[in-house]
Amino acid sequence: MTLAFDMILCLMIVGTAAAALLMRNALAAIVFFIVLGNLLGLAWLAMDAVNVAMAEIAIGAGVTGVLLILTRQRLNALGDDLVSAELPGWLRAGALLACAGFTAMVGSAVMSVPPADDLGGSIAALMPGLGIENPVTGVLLAFRAYDTLLEAFVLLGALIAVWSLAPRVAWPHAPAALALAEYEGHDVAAAFGRLLLPLALILAVYLVWAGSDLPGGAFQAGTVLAGGLIIAAIGGVISWPRADDFYLRVALVLGPAVFLIIGAAGIALGRFLFYPPGFEKAFIVAIEYGLALSIGATLALQLAGPPVAPGRKG
Amino acid sequence: MTLTDYLVPALLYVGVFFYAAGSLGLLRFQDAESRLHALTKADNVGLGFVALAAALHWGSVAAAVKIAAVWLFALMAAGATAQLMARRAKTSAERGSDE
Repeated sequence: MTLAFDMILCLMIVGTAAAALLMRNALAAIVFFIVLGNLLGLAWLAMDAVNVAMAEIAIGAGVTGVLLILTRQRLNALGDDLVSAELPGWLRAGALLACAGFTAMVGSAVMSVPPADDLGGSIAALMPGLGIENPVTGVLLAFRAYDTLLEAFVLLGALIAVWSLAPRVAWPHAPAALALAEYEGHDVAAAFGRLLLPLALILAVYLVWAGSDLPGGAFQAGTVLAGGLIIAAIGGVISWPRADDFYLRVALVLGPAVFLIIGAAGIALGRFLFYPPGFEKAFIVAIEYGLALSIGATLALQLAGPPVAPGRKG
Repeated sequence: MTLTDYLVPALLYVGVFFYAAGSLGLLRFQDAESRLHALTKADNVGLGFVALAAALHWGSVAAAVKIAAVWLFALMAAGATAQLMARRAKTSAERGSDE
């Protein structure tokens, strides 16, 4: 039964990936890409990696899917009919070779991990000192906190890169509105956005809190928050803030800043990113709430795109 | 075998039947409105039966409430998207374009 499920899932993943690549119609290819992200999430779920499954579905399928659809829309608006030209043979062969080489490298890297290396066991032995139960949160916020800290700054850097694309006259105005103002379904989108944004807020708060002991955490919560903000923006319920808005700036840097300050305060106790014994959970949860807010705001604004001059569209 | 041991697979089969009916409707119906009707209504009933089966399988009130919340979220999303797509399909048909 389980083997049959795994085999069918693998076939569906390969099938949807091929469909996403081979579709001539850009919108159909994007739809297959979103389905692929959801199926990959199912595959992670089948391997009991619930944290990864949530991140894959929320970011890989959800946010990336919206990003691709918006990109297609903007390219269409610019007059690009999104038909890919016939590529020369050497380019196709080169792409095939590069992808095959990459796949072989990833495959050999995965295969080189012995099934009985007991990484899970050695982490489980360290977990009681943290006061939290979710080993993924333990790795992200304690044992490999340095990686997560850098990741938070990479996300912020990506938003600065998006903003740097704004023309001089557009800075520091707001990004183009996503609202479907002239669209026949705008009242439906508005009602849905009004309903979903508060629910997304509650879910995000819950996901961070649950992330200490159960699957969840700052990245999943941040993506849910970003999703709520984007749906509300599409419905025209909220409008994007100006790029120099004080509260926006606070929301963007709160997570990385709290993380950095707590990490730097650890130096006083002996080491960068050292949590005082007995207060590990309190510090981890504080960092995660800050990170969730910043990740949510950053993802939503990355999707909104660079600021545009007032009175102009996208 | 207890009653739930029979009920869980039975509910799953009923759920799969509605999913199959919805998919068949999507493939066979003529116009956008009928296809949306099949997809959003039959599939959500199917999801309801699968959710019921899952809730019975876990057998705790806390799990059942969470599963019910998942089903309600799916209903809201399906309802909103169905409205959006139907309105779009209607105006497109009036304009005579297929985008």
